[in-house]
Amino acid sequence: MSQWEVVIGLETHVQLQTQSKIFSGASTAFGAAPNAQACAVDIALPGVLPVLNREAVVCAIRFGLAVGAEIAPRSVFARKNYFYPDLPKGYQISQFEIPVVSGGGLTIQVGETEKYVHLTRAHLEEDAGKSLHEDFHGKSGIDLNRAGTPLLEIVTEPDMRSAAEAVAYAKALHALVQWIGICDGNMQEGSFRCDANVSVRRPGAPLGTRREIKNLNSFRFLQQAIEYEIKWQIETIEDGGKIQQATVLFDPDTGETRAMRSKEDAHDYRYFPDPDLLPLEIKPDWIAAVKAGLPELPAAMKARFEADYGLSAYDAGGLTATRGTAKYFEDCVAIAGKESAKPCANWVMGEVAARLNKEGLEISAAPVSPAQLAGVVKRIADNTISNKIAKDVFEALWSGEGKDADAVIEAKGLKQITDTGAIEKIIDEVLAANPKSVEEFRAGKDKAFNALVGQAMKATKGKANPQQVNELLKKKLAG
Amino acid sequence: MSLTRDDVRRIALLARIEVSDAEVERTRDQLNGILGFVEQLQAVDTTGVAPMSHAVDVVQRLREDRVTETDRHADFQRIAPETEAGLYLVPKVIE
Repeated sequence: MSQWEVVIGLETHVQLQTQSKIFSGASTAFGAAPNAQACAVDIALPGVLPVLNREAVVCAIRFGLAVGAEIAPRSVFARKNYFYPDLPKGYQISQFEIPVVSGGGLTIQVGETEKYVHLTRAHLEEDAGKSLHEDFHGKSGIDLNRAGTPLLEIVTEPDMRSAAEAVAYAKALHALVQWIGICDGNMQEGSFRCDANVSVRRPGAPLGTRREIKNLNSFRFLQQAIEYEIKWQIETIEDGGKIQQATVLFDPDTGETRAMRSKEDAHDYRYFPDPDLLPLEIKPDWIAAVKAGLPELPAAMKARFEADYGLSAYDAGGLTATRGTAKYFEDCVAIAGKESAKPCANWVMGEVAARLNKEGLEISAAPVSPAQLAGVVKRIADNTISNKIAKDVFEALWSGEGKDADAVIEAKGLKQITDTGAIEKIIDEVLAANPKSVEEFRAGKDKAFNALVGQAMKATKGKANPQQVNELLKKKLAG
Repeated sequence: MSLTRDDVRRIALLARIEVSDAEVERTRDQLNGILGFVEQLQAVDTTGVAPMSHAVDVVQRLREDRVTETDRHADFQRIAPETEAGLYLVPKVIE
């Protein structure tokens, strides 16, 4: 494998979060009854005309700004011609020669390495309908609800060199489009779909012939499909074969890719500017207004978390995975104090993430609020409770017992015992009750010491400060 | 540039227009005539001229993002050749 270089480029269809379609006033809501949201424009009745949705353009501008791309002051819509029953006009309105967004890129993280993936372009277009191939008396059923749904197709340069890089890019893009509020990111419903162009070559050689894997709607399938495709291409070439340019589909059941029936005719899309649509003009003041409404971007926020809170790149990256997580963390730190940023980060990415994951909740729906978590962190910091007891307090807050950490600590009597006299008294009792362990310790068995600490903690129901117990016990045994 | 008979057949297929063998020759001559006009246009030096994407020199008006359409699929499907359960039925398209 090592003498081959893999070259991957991705094309991603991002469904834009608008209320209505890109060229009509029909709803884009998911899951409506068949054709209930396909209006005269969407089904291409004679005489209808498309009118561009302003919000779809705003989404494209937001994206362009977020990836540092150029926004075309004037871009053009084109017709991409092909015949398929779920494309009622016989052409898809897309952009060809002058897309709305050009250039820019995304920084991805693969293991310890950062890499910048260049974007070629991003253009606005309409989605097609859906063909249902269940048997309708030997016919296909057509649902045009999705026809005309606004899409932003985002195309990368062939910059990725492994399936892992392609997945890292797809994940970063998926996070970004949700972060800037242009896509709901729902992959099951098809809001984010990837096509992967894959080829292999000898290092330094010109690009090999590529095959395009269509319609990958999960990160796992993206990874599997690319890995299979790479292996297949290398084996084919090493067996003396040649790669033919083709469009292939991934079959999740077999884990294999297979070529679709050759559609060389269909690739001749005969693009031309759509006479129904005038050029789209985007003036600098419009771009400035959209820019003013953009949230702080994940890359900038990550850098700020590292600088302001002294967090590692790993922590800062995890906390800025979604806007919700970042906000939760910052709300928590705002109350707990900057000096507690690290423990806050640990709690958010540890306990909170684990519980959300287990219950399938979004962080915005977490039963423990950032303020409540800050309360827990504060009580650890001031030695009121140990880390271990804090987990019980957190659990109690999660299940709604008590309004804040202090109330739970009070109600359950969980306050840490830090009174040296009290702890000494308990240790004396433990030593008296466990002469065997004492003897073993004196005979050099370190394990016996831990057993004694455990007994002391047990006697206080975990409420003694473990560090204090350790120190006092050492002193007693030495004395 | 001059089209062959096979070019004509391929263009007809892409456009889903039936062109009989008898019509191929005539269609080819007509298309070649059009391409001749295009060649004349292409002879003009357009260096420094921005490509025209529309005959009217105005820009696109935009629509506010509001749902203005109601469900009228029953009306639309009255003129469809065949429907079932709200779907338009077409000859099987699976590959």
